[in-house]
Amino acid sequence: MKYMLMIYGNEELWSSFPQEEFERVIIETNALQAELKASGEFVGAYGVGDQVLAKQVTLVDGAPVVTDGPYLEAKEYLGSFDIIDVDSLERALEIAARVPFARIGQVEVRPLMHEAPDNG
Amino acid sequence: VSTARTTEDVLRELTPQVLGALVRRYGHFDAAEDAVQEALLAASVQWPEEGEPANPVAWLTTVATRRLIDQLRGDESRRRREKTDVVVGDRVANPDTVPADDDTLTLLFLCCHPSLSPPSQLALTLRAVGGLTTAEIARAFLVPEATMAQRISRAKQSIKAAGATFRLPPADERVERLQVVLHVLYLVFNEGYTTSSGDVLQRADLTAEAIRLTRMVHAQLPDDGEVAGLLALMLLTDARREERTRADGALVPLDEQDRSRWDRALIAEGVGLLSEVLGRAPLGPYQLQAAIAAVHDEAPNATDTDWREILALYELLDRVAPNPMATLNRVVAVAEVHGPDPALALLASLDADDRIADHHRTYAVRAHLLERAGDVTAARAAYLEAARRTTSRPERRHLEARAARLHP
Repeated sequence: MKYMLMIYGNEELWSSFPQEEFERVIIETNALQAELKASGEFVGAYGVGDQVLAKQVTLVDGAPVVTDGPYLEAKEYLGSFDIIDVDSLERALEIAARVPFARIGQVEVRPLMHEAPDNG
Repeated sequence: VSTARTTEDVLRELTPQVLGALVRRYGHFDAAEDAVQEALLAASVQWPEEGEPANPVAWLTTVATRRLIDQLRGDESRRRREKTDVVVGDRVANPDTVPADDDTLTLLFLCCHPSLSPPSQLALTLRAVGGLTTAEIARAFLVPEATMAQRISRAKQSIKAAGATFRLPPADERVERLQVVLHVLYLVFNEGYTTSSGDVLQRADLTAEAIRLTRMVHAQLPDDGEVAGLLALMLLTDARREERTRADGALVPLDEQDRSRWDRALIAEGVGLLSEVLGRAPLGPYQLQAAIAAVHDEAPNATDTDWREILALYELLDRVAPNPMATLNRVVAVAEVHGPDPALALLASLDADDRIADHHRTYAVRAHLLERAGDVTAARAAYLEAARRTTSRPERRHLEARAARLHP
């Protein structure tokens, strides 16, 4: 089963981090990823660019309109996400608890949808 | 699909034989498995160009043995041991020494070792017994090849660490170990059966692979009721595969499928297998599930389905192998025989069961029963709850369509 682990946060949260703590988190994150690669559970990990780089695309009368943003007052936004392929939800939660950012923020765990009809 | 056997078909069939011969002779399951993969790869390149050798098993065994010896020697010299001749080079297999008996079962027991997680058991079985490449397995499971390679390599290490050897498990463990093997084959089948939509051309046909491997086990253990039961279950389920989804991937429920297009040959084979073992071997869950599938497959149309028989079989299944999913299926059969109210009462008994109370299937069954009972509003709500809880996109669309049909 594939799960997405989403790490949310905001500028305030990231910048409140002392530099050495930030470095420690990076080292721990790399170590966790190396471990998941070794166990064959790692599918991918992606950092998401800052909100200032975000664009919004919508169709107006069938033509794409691109705007900068979002300028919504989001308290927390997606900072990065990992995709893992594990045996059970329990295992996914166990890994989520080891994401270093779980110590200061939330790690959201969601199953990925698949195209297979449910066979029970 | 062409019926001509491709080089790939031949190679996959011979994989367990070649690997078995190597491991029996030299041990080193881990390295031998790699060597056999290399030999398969060499054959897949050379045979189509140069023609299939007169004795394909001997060809593969010879090539794999050379690779294995090279590898073991390499390891050996890296360790700077003085005894570089520890592996004797002249023991290259000659055609006459290829063992005639089948190592498939022994290999399956090894690949489905209880120390491995199901995803690892699956991956290793498909490679070492099924002869699929890591890339094919990775594509089938939609993960990067590196992930699958690591999973397989880790699985081999775990087997080694567990001290497992290349021989059949002791008699007192065999029944239990066989259950693990059958479960892995069942998972392979399901994985294939449930991925019949989408980019099939890019993905190995795991359903066919599961059936092929289960046939091999059945050939080794023809009197085992559960092996026959599992094979029958696969055939009787696969018979409906084409009618199960529409071209756009939408699900077609059993009672709306075009039964004239079910595969009669598969049904006949499945029913034949079942009738051979039922009553002669100890009854088990695969035989019962196959028997239920057979009742559906043999009904000329949905309204003529013998639901009393199905209910009796589900009651038996719930006794032989109690599990909440079987109870949930029994609920559906109760509704068909006795109406929605007794079924809803039985369903309520699952409310306290954490394993299933919040499962999307439970909501879907409740929705179906409420719809039949005429409670349109509650049925609609339950369909939508079910839709939100499934991770299968076709299932979600199906449940949403069901909800949309019910106007409050």
